[in-house]
Amino acid sequence: MAHVRFDNVSKSYPGGHHALSGVNFEINQGEIAFLTGHSGAGKSTLLKLIMLMEKATQGQVLVDGVNLSRLGNSQIPYHRRRVGVVFQNHQLLFDRSVFENVALPLRISGYSSRDLERRVRAALDKVGLLKKEKQSPIELSGGEQQRIGIARAVVNKPSLILADEPTGNLDPTLSAEIMRLFEQFNDVGVSVLIASHDLPLIDRLDHRVIGLKDGRLLNERPAGGL
Amino acid sequence: MSTSRSSASSKSGARQSKVTVNSQWKAYLQHHRVTAKDSLIRLLKSPGSSIMTWLVLGIALSLPMTLFVSLENVKQLSRVWDQSSQISVYLKKGVVPRLAQGLSDEIQALPQVTSAYYISPELALKEFSAATGLSDVVEGLESNPLPGVISVVPSLASQDAKAMEKLQDQLMHFVQVESVQLDLLWVKRLYQFMELGQRMVWALALLLGLAVLLIIGNTIRLSIENRRDEILVVKLVGGTDAFVRRPFLYTGIWFGLGGGLIAWFLLSLGLYWLSGPVEQLIGLYGSEFVLSGLGVKDSLLLICDGVVLGWLGAWLAVSRHLARINP
Repeated sequence: MAHVRFDNVSKSYPGGHHALSGVNFEINQGEIAFLTGHSGAGKSTLLKLIMLMEKATQGQVLVDGVNLSRLGNSQIPYHRRRVGVVFQNHQLLFDRSVFENVALPLRISGYSSRDLERRVRAALDKVGLLKKEKQSPIELSGGEQQRIGIARAVVNKPSLILADEPTGNLDPTLSAEIMRLFEQFNDVGVSVLIASHDLPLIDRLDHRVIGLKDGRLLNERPAGGL
Repeated sequence: MSTSRSSASSKSGARQSKVTVNSQWKAYLQHHRVTAKDSLIRLLKSPGSSIMTWLVLGIALSLPMTLFVSLENVKQLSRVWDQSSQISVYLKKGVVPRLAQGLSDEIQALPQVTSAYYISPELALKEFSAATGLSDVVEGLESNPLPGVISVVPSLASQDAKAMEKLQDQLMHFVQVESVQLDLLWVKRLYQFMELGQRMVWALALLLGLAVLLIIGNTIRLSIENRRDEILVVKLVGGTDAFVRRPFLYTGIWFGLGGGLIAWFLLSLGLYWLSGPVEQLIGLYGSEFVLSGLGVKDSLLLICDGVVLGWLGAWLAVSRHLARINP
């Protein structure tokens, strides 16, 4: 069964702007794929549909076989807990420590404090920030902040990770490091979908690429297609 | 490459989100504790504005309570006065003393009556001349103009205006009775005033309760705006509405509790300040009235009112404004 499936999905906003038109694709369980296109091509909208930050105007989005348009408002939080998201602008809270930022999804899901500490430390260790757990995110560099965002996205052990321009503000070396992290999660079976317009980096990695242009699926390059 | 990865996925899928009901319940309670503490700390971190809000709430809550306490005291005072209220039952001319005494006993036996005693026309005339010093005039009278009177003291339970009127009706039905007089007018007026006072207290309590709701609602609205980013992130990583609401509801509760405590303190201080002069004043009238303060029950009620209003105000603000913040 496909992990994520778009069935003829369109999204238009009031005022007639078509963000997505008739998009069809599947992402299999344990697959890693890039979503490319110019800004405004519909990458963010596509990710927002999977996160239920937006709802499709037409067509169906299925995650784990569940039609997202059938989920009521009260079920949205539980859907989001199964998906880890990394944002370009990190979306970190600067009024609390690195530890608390990463712990947030676990507090929401109702983990006991012992379990929670163990998991947060494991996630921070994975992104190499274990020693900075007591610091405020604002004291850390851009690359480190992005790694906190990644730790927070994976701390709940989601089976699907979405990333929206995760390397947008980083230099090539840091970007490569971040991508390696995503590959490591993918290695243990997590499905990963990364929206990015960093084409040189994407070309080097040789994963599946889904191209968008003006809200339509433009081209696909399978993994190992280079 | 991708096929080898997909085979591993089912294992990791089974491992995720293993949360038992018991641990979830514990975490839920823990989150309540943590949120309550955090909300209080947040308030204490900006002491200036928090104290201002607490004071405004305290004053708003203390005003109706002050009136309520005053009214309770007037009621208590009126009860002291009521005890002196008597009913005079005037008998028809020519009712012989034996019959009059019998009637007096009959009235005494009524459940609404504490005591009744018969004053014969002769006794009445004697009392009159003694009290007025007009004995010469009285002696000059050809016949005794005074009727026989039975003086009735109603029981405590039947001292409100309605019961008194009912008793008056009942007494009028005895054939030997010419007329029944009770000094009801001032009792009636007093009760009317108290009724009016009570309604005013209610109206004021309602208005100021509304003011408390608005003050807390507005304060919470501002704090929602201040924490907009946090709300967005919490919603994005799967926070339920209840989870997002919780800190704000606790903030409302803390505001209400603080306001209630301040109101209680203001009221106690006011009562303490007044108690000396009031008791001296009442003492001049020879009454045993004691200024009653806030009992434990009233104090708790006052503080609970604050807490409930705080929670409700926060709830209103949160339900209005939180829905608008969507990732």
